[in-house]
This record gives sequence, C-alpha cells and structure tokens, in this order.
Amino acid sequence: MSALDPLHRTKAEEPPRAPSAWARFFDSDIWYSFTRSPVTVVSALIVLIFVVGALFAPWIAPHNPFNPAELNLMDGFTPPMGEAFSGNLYLLGTDDQGRDVFSTILYGARISLFVGFCAVLFAMVLGISLGLLAGYRGGWVDSLIMRIADVQLSFPAILVALLIFGVARAMLPRSMQGEMVIWVLIIAIGLSDWVQYARTVRGTAMVEKNKEYVQAARVIGIHPLLIMLRHVLPNVLGPVLVIATIGLALAIIAEATLSFLGVGVPPTTPSLGTLIRIGNDFLFSGEWWITLFPGLALILLALSVNLLGDWLRDALNPKLR
Amino acid sequence: MADVAPAVLGSQEEALVEVVELSKEFDVSPPLLTRLLQGQQKSFLRAVDEVSFSIPRGRTFSLVGESGCGKSTLARLVVGLYAPTRGRILIDGKELSRLRSRREQAQVRRRLQMIFQDPFASLNPRWRVRDIIAEPIRAHGLMSDRKAIDRRVGELLELVRLTAADGLKYPHEFSGGQRQRISIARALASNPEFLVCDEPTSALDVSVQAQILNLMKDLQRELGLTYLFISHDLAVVYHLSDYLGVMYLGRVVEWGAARNVFANPQHPYTRMLLDAIPDLEMSGRQRIPVRGEVPSPMDPPSGCHFNPRCPFANERCRAEIPMPIPTVHGGEVRCHAVEEGRLTEEVVRDALRRPLAEEEVP
Repeated sequence: MSALDPLHRTKAEEPPRAPSAWARFFDSDIWYSFTRSPVTVVSALIVLIFVVGALFAPWIAPHNPFNPAELNLMDGFTPPMGEAFSGNLYLLGTDDQGRDVFSTILYGARISLFVGFCAVLFAMVLGISLGLLAGYRGGWVDSLIMRIADVQLSFPAILVALLIFGVARAMLPRSMQGEMVIWVLIIAIGLSDWVQYARTVRGTAMVEKNKEYVQAARVIGIHPLLIMLRHVLPNVLGPVLVIATIGLALAIIAEATLSFLGVGVPPTTPSLGTLIRIGNDFLFSGEWWITLFPGLALILLALSVNLLGDWLRDALNPKLR
Repeated sequence: MADVAPAVLGSQEEALVEVVELSKEFDVSPPLLTRLLQGQQKSFLRAVDEVSFSIPRGRTFSLVGESGCGKSTLARLVVGLYAPTRGRILIDGKELSRLRSRREQAQVRRRLQMIFQDPFASLNPRWRVRDIIAEPIRAHGLMSDRKAIDRRVGELLELVRLTAADGLKYPHEFSGGQRQRISIARALASNPEFLVCDEPTSALDVSVQAQILNLMKDLQRELGLTYLFISHDLAVVYHLSDYLGVMYLGRVVEWGAARNVFANPQHPYTRMLLDAIPDLEMSGRQRIPVRGEVPSPMDPPSGCHFNPRCPFANERCRAEIPMPIPTVHGGEVRCHAVEEGRLTEEVVRDALRRPLAEEEVP
C-alpha cells in the first residue's frame, strides 16, 4: 500500500451522492445546445402544442365534429371567421357537413400522432431486435436478416404499406375492419420502416461487440442475450433516437398519404390525411379552407418534428460539438 | 525432465494452468459465393501453432513477441473467448471448452478473469463504476444483498487504491491508469485465482505503468494470484515474470525461467530481441536490430518460421520444423542450430556484428 499512497484518497473527501437525473439533464450538452437554437425551441413548442391539442382535443375543441347531434347541416361550407347559419362562429370555417374545421384538425392530429407514434414504436422494436441480433450474432443470421432488409428496401415504403394493408383487408372480416383499420395502418407503416433501424443498429452493434467491455462481459460468463440488452443496446440507442424522430415525421406523412389515397382511416373518424382528401373534393368549387388548413397543420407538424430530428442528430454527433 | 514437456516448467510446483499443444486457426476465406465464382480455396490463418506451457500456482508466466505473433489470440483462447481448433487448456484440471452445462462453465469462469489492453474500451461508458465492478459478483450470484455488494465494491476499489466514493462516477471521469485499476478491481471481484493480462500497461504512460505493475505485484503477493502476462515490452516483463515464453509467428520458440532466459538466451530470435532492449551501458554502441519484417501468418515460411530473418539458417532450417529440445537451465528451445551446437560464442558474435547492408541486398 505504501508505495501507492499518494494516490490513496480518504473516503470523506467526496459526498457519496450522485446528482439526480434532472440535474444532470439540465447540466448536459444536449440541453445547452437546445436552448442555443431558436429554430429548435420553436419547433419543440409547435410539436408540444400539437401533442397537447391532440391529447386534450375533447376538452379544447370548440365543437365535437363526430357527434351528429351537434352538427348543423345548414352550417356547411361556412368560410373561416364567416357568419354561419346557426349564428356560431367557426374559426377556420366548416366542411360540407357543417363540421368545424378547427375541431376536426385537433381530432385528426390525435389520430395522426397516435398512428405515427405507434408505427415508429413498432418499427423501432422490430428493427432494433433484428438489427441487434444480426450485428451481434453475425454469420448466417446476419446474412438472412440483412438480405430480407435489402429486398424490402428495394420496394418503396408506401408500396409495402399498401400491400400489407390490402392483404390485411382481404383477410379480416368486414365487421372488424372499422375498428381494426388503425392497427392495420400502424403495422403496415411500421413494417415498411423497420429496415432503417435494423441497419443502423446492426452497424453500431458490430462495432460495439468487438470492444473490450463486451469481451470482458463474455469472460465473466454473462448470457449473450443479457450482453446484447444491457451492454450493447444502451450504446447503440443514440443514432436510433435520431432516426426515430425523423421517422415520426415520415410515419405521419405516410399515414396521411395512405389516408389520402383512400386506404387509411375512414372519413367517420378522419385523420389529417383523410381531411385533406375530403377537402380536396371541394377545392375547385371555391371552398379552399376545408383542405388548406388540415394541409397546413400537417406541414407544420411534419416540419417541426423533422427540424427537431435534425437538431438531435447534430447535438448527438460528437464531431459537431 | 524433457520427456514430460508441459510439466517441465513447474516440475517442483503444482501447475494451475496447463496449455497442451494448443492451436487456433481462423477461417479467412472469401464468402462462399466469391469462392464458387472465382474458384478459390478455403484459406486459414494459423494464429497459434502447437503451443504448450504450464503455469505453477501463484507464479507469473509472460509471453513476449512482436505484434501479430499470436500473443493476444493465445490470451483470448485461454479465457475462452475463442474456441481452440486443436489442443487443450486445463485450469486446475478442468477444460472450459469441454464443459457443457452453464453452471459448470460458470464455476471455472469465476476462477479466471482477464485484464484488457485498452482501459478506454474495456469499461462500458454508460455504466457507473459501482455497477461495472459488481457485474461479476451479480453474474456468479456470489452475493445477493445490495448492501453487501456495495460494501464489497468499496473494498475492491480500496484494494486498487481508489476510494469507495469513486463507485458513483462514470468511467470517463477517470484517467487511463485509474481506469486500468477499475478494470483490475472488476477482474478481482469474483475472487479469481488466475488472471490473464493482455498488455495491461501498453496504453499507459511510463510513470503510470510502474504503478499498475507494482499494484499487480502487490496483489499477487496478497491474494496468491497466478498471472498469464502478455506483453511486447521486455523491460516490463523483466520486472514481473517468473517464467518467460518467447513467441514467433504462432509458435513458442523458447521458454524457461525468466532469469535464465534473460541471462542466457538460446534461440537466435530471443538473442536479437534482448539485444534490442535499450540500456545505458550500450549507449553509443552500434545496435543490431532484428532484421526484416514478420512474414505473413497467412503464408508462413516452411520449416522454422524464423529462417528468413535468421543469420544462422541453413537447408535443414528451411525444410524441417524444429521440435522443442531441453536447455541446460530446464527450459525448452525450438532451434536446429542450438540442437546441432552450431551457435558457439564466436559464431554468434560474428553474425550479430555483420553490417546490415550486406544482409539486405537481395
């Protein structure tokens, strides 16, 4: 001991408490770079407004557009801020059935965001598991998974989603289609999007598995599954987070595209994409607001999420710090 | 003594680790499709070739050699990170790669641990030091009570001259030497008897190297540890070893008690390596470097692997693989010239003094 005593510190020197997770977050580089980027702060605010508006739509929306008892057909085609037949004021006008466009956007964003989040989550779980397995195991497992990914990547994502949607619709009984349609949509978008996660995770996992801390865990005799989950996974999550954020914007747009094409959410419970499609019918007869405002909402939402993803990518890239 | 090859070293002492005719080949063939299309053969790289040695309990066996000679592969074979192609590794009589059940494997694994070369890669950057050190304890179920584990981790940190409070920090908050000590603490957590150290000091400053080496020596004395020490630094090896093996291109060309190998090297490669150690007495004198590069292990020279660089090589060296022969000091050497008694003092001095230019001309 005596030979190394200069390095030997007493126990009381440091308080044996780690800083809390919040304190560490507000002290981190990420938070600093967030507060320094006005565009990011604005995008985050817009996304936050959308999420809050979507979550609390039944309480925030001035009308319930899906309650037939509240609808007044005579109020149809009221322009934004215009005088309605019933004397109600509609901020963004009404559609052909007299539904308040502002309220339908809130309810539509609810469905769009729900489908987006769930699809990204599904794609993430699938992609991360397969990517981790391929990267860590290597060999024929890796080849098989990655060839499937390559084949899928050679089809446009929207085509894959359309295919899955079509198959599911043919297989499900008609009575169940109404309630199942959202879940089918989630699976379709998720399945068309997992490849990105799998590829990223595989690449990072292949680098991490050769690092000595993974070998140390193998020497100790930790089960391979636990090594993957506890050692490799936390170290590959950074890039995945970035893809997931940008993927959220893409999933929302994919959902809107499918709904716009008429294979998505039915008009009785419309998402943003369905709203745009319905409004499209009236675009040339002068009722521009029915399609314009849901469209603007979609653009704003997708753009903000995308900008957030871009910022996150730069913030997590050590070379750009 | 010579008849029982692996036991020679520890003939008086009980061997904890025995490596018997161990070989490892890596498949470095191109992918199947490429092979089929271009009509190529499968190709193998023999990283470790028929290596045998044994380490007595509580002793240090060092392996030295140039980069790419198979030292690290051997270390990874011994701890079970690679499966051997041929041969056996016995740890206290048990062979890890033959044990089928996880429970039996865990019993052997608990008794051997490894210290890695790069202290910046061997600790998971997202784990607290406390959890890193506790991992072997939890994995082997040595303790279940959280408080007991925390206490044990604190003890281990103090054993490697850190403080218990350091357990709450993350690896990036430490210097290279401190991290290597954390690595040692983790290796000691499961009370192992045998530590494989793969160049544990080569990534560190010279001043810090001495601290780590002294710590390792202290721990060996206190805990009765057995070391397999891999290094390319002969000065470090001299400081630490009881026994020394010299590797060249996958083969152990000479081994014996470290003192004897240093004082009385037999194999031409060992002589040249030792000649390359800088020391004060030699300053100003013309130094004789080991000539040439290590040949590709993909296509090793026939006969003795060292023959293209050896000043004493003759036809037999190019044709026939030398077998281990006992040395006067109880070690073994693989060299035809030594066996034939060709290496007299004058011959060696002449050969080593010959100007370099003459040899280099093709």
